[in-house]
Amino acid sequence: MIFTIAAKELKSLFASPLAWMVLTAVQLITGYAFLKRLDDFLQIQPQLVQLASPPGVTELVVSPLYATAAMVLLFASPLLGMRLIAEERRNQTMVLLTSAPLSMTQIVIGKFLGLMLFLTLIVALVTAMPLSLAGSTSLDYGLLASLCAGLLLLAAGFAALSLYVSSLTAHPVAAAFGAFAALILMLLMSEAAGDGVRARGWHLPAALVQVFSPLKNFEPLGKGLVDTYALACSVLLVMVFLVLTVRRLDARRLRG
Amino acid sequence: MSPQSTTLHARGLTRRFGAHTAVNNVDLELKRGEVLGFLGPNGAGKTTTMQMLTGNLAPTGGEVAVCGVDLLARPVDAKARIGYLPEVPPLYRELTVDEYLTLAVKLHRVPKRERRDAVARAKKRCGLTDVGRKLIGNLSKGYQQRVGIAQAIAHEPDLVVLDEPTVGLDPNQIREIRALVREIGGWHSVILSTHILSEVESICDRVQIMHHGNIVYSDTIAALKAFHSGRTVVLGLRRPPSEAELAAVPGVNTVERVDESHYRLQLTGECDPTEPLVARAVRDNWGLFHLAPAQTSLEDVFVNLTK
Repeated sequence: MIFTIAAKELKSLFASPLAWMVLTAVQLITGYAFLKRLDDFLQIQPQLVQLASPPGVTELVVSPLYATAAMVLLFASPLLGMRLIAEERRNQTMVLLTSAPLSMTQIVIGKFLGLMLFLTLIVALVTAMPLSLAGSTSLDYGLLASLCAGLLLLAAGFAALSLYVSSLTAHPVAAAFGAFAALILMLLMSEAAGDGVRARGWHLPAALVQVFSPLKNFEPLGKGLVDTYALACSVLLVMVFLVLTVRRLDARRLRG
Repeated sequence: MSPQSTTLHARGLTRRFGAHTAVNNVDLELKRGEVLGFLGPNGAGKTTTMQMLTGNLAPTGGEVAVCGVDLLARPVDAKARIGYLPEVPPLYRELTVDEYLTLAVKLHRVPKRERRDAVARAKKRCGLTDVGRKLIGNLSKGYQQRVGIAQAIAHEPDLVVLDEPTVGLDPNQIREIRALVREIGGWHSVILSTHILSEVESICDRVQIMHHGNIVYSDTIAALKAFHSGRTVVLGLRRPPSEAELAAVPGVNTVERVDESHYRLQLTGECDPTEPLVARAVRDNWGLFHLAPAQTSLEDVFVNLTK
């Protein structure tokens, strides 16, 4: 049932110009970033050879590429997320799902999964770029896999938050802007907040603040480091916002 | 009453929005194959009631059971037995009719091997067979309304709830949709909300009238007609006598003057006053030119109850 909803979301997404626009823009931006980085790398390659243990193409070209992709996802997920609930409520189509024999949790997870499938496609397209170098150079596949995983987790966090903001209003553009503002605030504030709380000697709250710091959780994976705490924080962030969304929609049914 | 014959049983349904009571203590009962007309002026609480019956809005108080399954305790099982067409049909304009109906039957847990048949059957019933491959967004409003109804009946629910299905349609489309609703009533129990009186008179078995959140009238259409026809006659006289004289005719209860020469007589129902009335009119030269049982339409009842 969850997959039926996810498939429906994906289908609706591809029926709208938004999906194609986002895919095109992501390809253009990341493609440019990739080629520029690659060009720079080729220029400094003779100097790199003289180093004792020189950084490889994966570190110098692919890592920054994923950072660029993360930026683009930051812009894309609120726009894609606004369709999921806000636009359905505006078009009054949400009733089809709420009067079907489904639980609110199934609806929310289905919608989240639909958005995640689309974001996974973006990550796959971005990953295809470094893979195109596989024939001519040796890639660090471990780092590549961890970058992929990190970007997916980051996307999941963005998607969950966008979904939640989408459930707050029936105005899609307000939902998109709200999610975008919340994401930026989260990125700006979480680190400072963590430091501030730690400075007061509250260690547990400081550790928990990291849940709301998706970029900080992305960092270790971006370096090829599997930090279980950062992983747990990423998963927790997704769960927090999914639970909030379910509660929000249930409250709408209760309060009208 | 056995749960098989009763498809909907709602008791004491109440919904408050803050201090405002939108629906107050409403009881509804529906038997299999029955079409219930749910009437009321705009803002009477019809849509709120329907939202509660279909599990889209939690009631403040009361209980709802669909085929004996409690909607509040087991919402998923109960919702599988309901088909709902809200006031604005929940249509995805970017999907084709086939895609949309397939999605609807999937969401309503129709087993995989029966889905194709269910969609084909719903399309046939609603006259959508030729437009299966068209995008819903490109269909006319009448067709979109039919897709909305097809969505509500495709999974063979026991109870079909239709909220103002003919609003915004042209007269031909209204006639088609009415015929369709009448047909659906043969297989399912239907609740039809509307504020169009002729609609209820032409397709419903029973009528409930709602006003300010309360049920103010509830009976069968047949009983409504039987009760009022023959109980009231309209009399036209060129040279009318005094009202007291008319009231003295055996069988006449009260007399009400409609205009210069027309009177509305309420009858006691014990004996038929037609013959004595005609005889008196001839003898006293009242100039009788009109004598007919008053057709009390639903409209009279409606206006009386909701003004």
